[in-house]
Amino acid sequence: MARHGSSIISTSTTRRHTEGIMDETPRTLPRQSATFTNEINSEIRRAAATGIYDIRGGGAKRRVPHFDDLLFLGASISRYPLEGYRETCDTRVTLGTRFASKPIELDIPVTIAGMSFGALSGPAKEALGRGATAAGTSTTTGDGGMTEEERGHSKMLVYQYLPSRYGMNPDDLRRADAIEIVVGQGAKPGGGGMLLGQKISDRVAEMRNLPKGIDQRSACRHPDWTGPDDLEIKILELREITNWEKPVYIKIGGARPYFDTTLAVKAGADVVVLDGMQGGTAATQDVFIEHVGQPTLACIRPAVQALQDLGMHREVQLVVSGGIRHGADTAKALALGADAVAIGTAALVALGDNDPRWEEEYQALGTTTGAYDDWHEGRDPAGITTQDPDLAARFDPVAGGRRLANYLRVMTLEAQTIARACGKNHLHNLEPEDLCALTLEASAMTGVPLTGTNWVPGQGGF
Amino acid sequence: MQTFDLAEQGLRALNQTLHAQKDSTNQTAWDIVNAKGSHAIAVGLDAPIEVNVRGSTGYYCGGMNKQATVHIHGSAGPGVGENMMSGTIIIEGDASQYAGATGRGGLLVIKGNASSRCGISMKGIDIVVHGSIGHMSAFMAQSGNLVVLGDAGDALGDSLYEARLFVRGSVKSLGADCVKKEMRAEHLEILADLLERADADAKPEEFTRYGSARKLYNFHIDNASAY
Ligand SMILES: Cc1cc2nc3c(=O)[nH]c(=O)nc-3n(C[C@H](O)[C@H](O)[C@H](O)COP(=O)(O)O)c2cc1C
Repeated sequence: MARHGSSIISTSTTRRHTEGIMDETPRTLPRQSATFTNEINSEIRRAAATGIYDIRGGGAKRRVPHFDDLLFLGASISRYPLEGYRETCDTRVTLGTRFASKPIELDIPVTIAGMSFGALSGPAKEALGRGATAAGTSTTTGDGGMTEEERGHSKMLVYQYLPSRYGMNPDDLRRADAIEIVVGQGAKPGGGGMLLGQKISDRVAEMRNLPKGIDQRSACRHPDWTGPDDLEIKILELREITNWEKPVYIKIGGARPYFDTTLAVKAGADVVVLDGMQGGTAATQDVFIEHVGQPTLACIRPAVQALQDLGMHREVQLVVSGGIRHGADTAKALALGADAVAIGTAALVALGDNDPRWEEEYQALGTTTGAYDDWHEGRDPAGITTQDPDLAARFDPVAGGRRLANYLRVMTLEAQTIARACGKNHLHNLEPEDLCALTLEASAMTGVPLTGTNWVPGQGGF
Repeated sequence: MQTFDLAEQGLRALNQTLHAQKDSTNQTAWDIVNAKGSHAIAVGLDAPIEVNVRGSTGYYCGGMNKQATVHIHGSAGPGVGENMMSGTIIIEGDASQYAGATGRGGLLVIKGNASSRCGISMKGIDIVVHGSIGHMSAFMAQSGNLVVLGDAGDALGDSLYEARLFVRGSVKSLGADCVKKEMRAEHLEILADLLERADADAKPEEFTRYGSARKLYNFHIDNASAY
């Protein structure tokens, strides 16, 4: 501090001390704390002024070990590649082969994750259905129930069974193509839903049987089962109601992936959906998003290991989500043993969320393109995460659906490009042996050797 | 009267048979024997039929019921009548945890006692309990009526929304944001009707009404200790 405060020392004193050596005391740069950053301090001031924690949408923004820390090796003398465009690389995947009489047949291994009507507008849900259907994949309801927009425009629709049970009814259960029991979400394992008063329109209120304008904090635990033994009976009930036709997925947040996967299989899941900490949310406390749960990359190997230990890998399918952005992430997740991936945030960006064309309006909201995450306030310039009719009208579901379909196709082409380079004629033939890790952390987490070595931390040798 | 032997024919056949009954069915009365505490008996029904279950049931009997009357001549396991939409479920004995959880409509009558979390997250259902109910009942209850002729356990109506709670006996403690409320003529009317339909021998005037103080509807930091 004194260094920077040299101005309080009189000029003559300074001269005397430095005479003949230097004209002036060199000044050091102002030093910002790595602990108390400007961002942290601004959050302290915000908390002090408002008395409420920060709520926001999106996923963890901090850097955590991710798919970027893995690389594919490509073909070599011992593995020959497949010809791009000419030699086929299959992308189809079937989910729900264990017990369901009508499994879900997807053309591509990228699905649309559950995002609630309430968080998203009706037209945004429609666009997700349109885009997913055009690309040959499924979309998913969310907290708040099933809307006509998404049922009507989704060839394959997964119906979420959440703790709140908002909008839950047997008719929608029967017109769904699969059922997803939500135990947890990567952004907030152990947390319930949150939809603040601003976004509770008449329609949302009616679907949820609640008064308009009140904050809806949906429960974090299911009301009528608590542990894996009860869950098994719950699944029996849902299967009985729906004639054992529909695949039953269980969605877990990235908390204890080995045990949660094991228990989900034990409870009778057809599919396990595993959502890591970077996974998006519509509205959650920032402290929860950034500090609870494990990174997606760290969750996959334990989950796959659990399936393998039970002899259930590929028998019970694994869908991974949380920070999936492109075909490379998809290919890496599959190589580590997933059967498919799901996307939330990326799908919203493809629809037009955080688009630079709205920069002026983001600025007016005190934010900027790419950083806009106050989805819970319902003032989305792009008209996607809102229930305001005027804002929602900015969004064209047909054009949005088209953009999503394009993006899903690009993701698939990218994954195929990589798979062919690794000599694989099906995306599912990608394997950990096709990968190397860039960092010690990623190597330890995934069991893939550190690049340039044949070493995996914790597995001995070097 | 159709008789169905659950032990012999199995659960899958039972629910399939009952689902096959449409609005126009002439097989309107069913007797299920050898229930033996099985789970998921008569779930997802959607026809105006009467199903008599002889013996006690396991989890989720009558789950998601529409239109049907399910009469349990015994006690019911956890989650009886969960998410029911309409119709009637009557339990001659006691009910375990989460009876009528998230129910949206219809009438659930429990002639004995109900365990904890009775009417949790209820969304429009009417529940009448002739005996007493356990702790955390009507937790986050959104709408509908819960009527209790006996006593209520701890934390009744915690984080309650718009559901109405009527208790004749004592309440061990009220949950966050649940308060005693004035009984007005309209409430006495609702109560009289429910008591009659539930074949309950009690007078509306003997009950106390509880409901939401609505203080937690929008978050405020000064209420944080209540959460
Ligand atoms: C706007 C929004 C709403 C969401 N709503 C739900 C929901 O209702 N139920 C749920 O299980 N997950 C919900 N999620 C989480 C997604 O299903 C998914 O787990 C997550 O978005 C995947 O991570 P990603 O966003 O990085 O792709 C939501 C996510 C977003 C971005």
